[in-house]
Amino acid sequence: MALLGAINPLMTSGWAGGDAGWRLKDYVARGGYEMLRKVLTEKVSPDDVIATLKASVLRGRGGAGFPTGLKWSFMPKNFPGDKYVVCNSDEGEPGTFKDRDLMRFDPHSVIEGMIIAGYAMGAARGYNYIHGEIFDVYQRFEEALDEARAAGFLGSNILGSSFSYELFAHHGYGAYICGEETGLLESLEGKKGQPRFKPPFPASYGLYGKPTTINNTETFAAVPFILRMGGEAYLNMGKPNNGGTKLFSVSGHVNKPGNYEIPLGTPFAKLLEMAGGMRGGRKLKMVIPGGSSAPVIPGEMMMDLTMDYDAIAKAGSMLGSGAVIVMDETVCAVKALERLSYFYFEESCGQCTPCREGTGWMYRIVHRIENGEGRPDDLELLTSITPNIMGRTICALGDAAAMPVSGFIKHYRSEFEYHIENKRCLVPRDVQWAGSTFYTGPSC
Amino acid sequence: MLSESSLKKIDREVAKYPAAQKQSAVMAALAIAQDEKGWLDKDTIACVADYLGMAPVAVYEVASFYNMYDLEPVGKYKLTVCTNLPCALSGGAHAAEYVKEKLGVDFNQTTADGRFTLKEGECLGACGDAPVMLVNNKRMCSFMTPMQIDKLIEECK
Ligand SMILES: Cc1cc2nc3c(=O)[nH]c(=O)nc-3n(C[C@H](O)[C@H](O)[C@H](O)COP(=O)(O)O)c2cc1C
Ligand code: SF4
Ligand code: FES
Repeated sequence: MALLGAINPLMTSGWAGGDAGWRLKDYVARGGYEMLRKVLTEKVSPDDVIATLKASVLRGRGGAGFPTGLKWSFMPKNFPGDKYVVCNSDEGEPGTFKDRDLMRFDPHSVIEGMIIAGYAMGAARGYNYIHGEIFDVYQRFEEALDEARAAGFLGSNILGSSFSYELFAHHGYGAYICGEETGLLESLEGKKGQPRFKPPFPASYGLYGKPTTINNTETFAAVPFILRMGGEAYLNMGKPNNGGTKLFSVSGHVNKPGNYEIPLGTPFAKLLEMAGGMRGGRKLKMVIPGGSSAPVIPGEMMMDLTMDYDAIAKAGSMLGSGAVIVMDETVCAVKALERLSYFYFEESCGQCTPCREGTGWMYRIVHRIENGEGRPDDLELLTSITPNIMGRTICALGDAAAMPVSGFIKHYRSEFEYHIENKRCLVPRDVQWAGSTFYTGPSC
Repeated sequence: MLSESSLKKIDREVAKYPAAQKQSAVMAALAIAQDEKGWLDKDTIACVADYLGMAPVAVYEVASFYNMYDLEPVGKYKLTVCTNLPCALSGGAHAAEYVKEKLGVDFNQTTADGRFTLKEGECLGACGDAPVMLVNNKRMCSFMTPMQIDKLIEECK
């Protein structure tokens, strides 16, 4: 599916050609690789590139929203050995499907962003770690890399400069935890993708023990556009502290699920309208605004929020990866949480006891509540488990598993209580998932 | 033993990494080996280990950590249906039920004729196209209505 809507598009501005517009010649015709050329031939200093990114207040699009310019400035400058740039295209956070389309419709914007990153941080090699389940996109990215090599944008002495850079794609094989940056590095090294203790952070001890910077696909794709328009202009497209535009993957009960690019700070109501409104005209019940790890927000509250890091955080959730999961009144909060809890239980890498055991406990308790076997003290039990996971694990998957549980109980406690008391669901079985449209066709 | 053509493909992967980091190609090597053999038995794992200069147990650890490797025989077609929440909202869970009924198997089972193995998927990164299914780890099928599923199963001879 191509882009379904945008306001002031940057990263998706080249998507109009769909599967026919991704090649190097198309990207170049759109002004692609001009910023790489400018940086190299006009000898823009690495510090200036980083200063532009700092001014743009581009925040990492992978989930944590960390300022990219600042992250790049952490890389040691006069390091004698190898340094690496790594792109995180492992996109496995349920609800997120923007990086897939970015690599499918405009892979060269990601490549150009990664080359400029290599230049700015003095790295000679980069890897793009691509989600296992999207083989066709991995193949396309490999083809795009071949094109870039043939055109002299990769390799030795790029565009006649003294800068040399190699870039390769690495295909994942199905492990959500490899989206966590140090799990990803372990995986790139040919091991199980089990996250590392931090510190040391990747900027000092990363891939093969060398300084490494990891960014999300969308973060890299934004870089050429930022250099083109200037840091401040980019910042001004969004709102203070939330620079630029962002891709939102809208899924669930809307008429037009898909990717949308909008300036940060755009009202959620506008995004919902762009996505064609609620499917079948049903009532909005709740929204998970930033991927499955983000706490749920009730519909009426969501309708008053804007889509940016600060507004969503203030409402008690997070913008995360920009995956907006929209649910109508036919969805049972307990059942929704049950499915998410199962996911985290399945995907815990098992290194830390609180996460390995805690995700299992949480899933089993929510599962029994959903199946009419909940016990009176189950909600207390759940509420006591979450703080024992949060902040007590090697990586943030533990938090990611606990946050949905606290979020759903906070806003939908009465539904959980109803299940426990009445041994059944508030939403009648035949109404549940009515919006799924599997049997009825997409318009219902 | 792996075929010449598989080894060639593995060589191409090894070349992506610094000379001292051959092990980085293990994921790709296992995927290539699985494509050739259908699944990863002990001998195949040993063969990959030998080729990359790794301990067999280290290769086995990798093979067992990632979901898309099969350490047991699977049918000619492995169908992975995503049932995670974003997909379920748009028919993913119903699609899985439909396939189960149609093939007469549950998740992680293979049909008696050895044609199909059914797997439950966790977010394939394509939730906007729900219901989605993956065939043999490679082919992504989008918007799988009952009719589309019937057609796919018909095609997979
Ligand atoms: C369990 C877990 C899964 C993650 N999955 C992804 C992912 O699929 N893609 C991604 O870019 N970041 C993911 N992250 C965040 C990364 O660890 C890292 O913060 C990010 O790639 C940094 O890039 P950015 O600064 O450009 O956002 C995940 C984090 C955790 C804890
Ligand atoms: S928090 Fe969970 S996923 Fe992360 S390292 Fe610990 S056990 Fe593994
Ligand atoms: S939830 Fe099914 S592909 Fe993402």
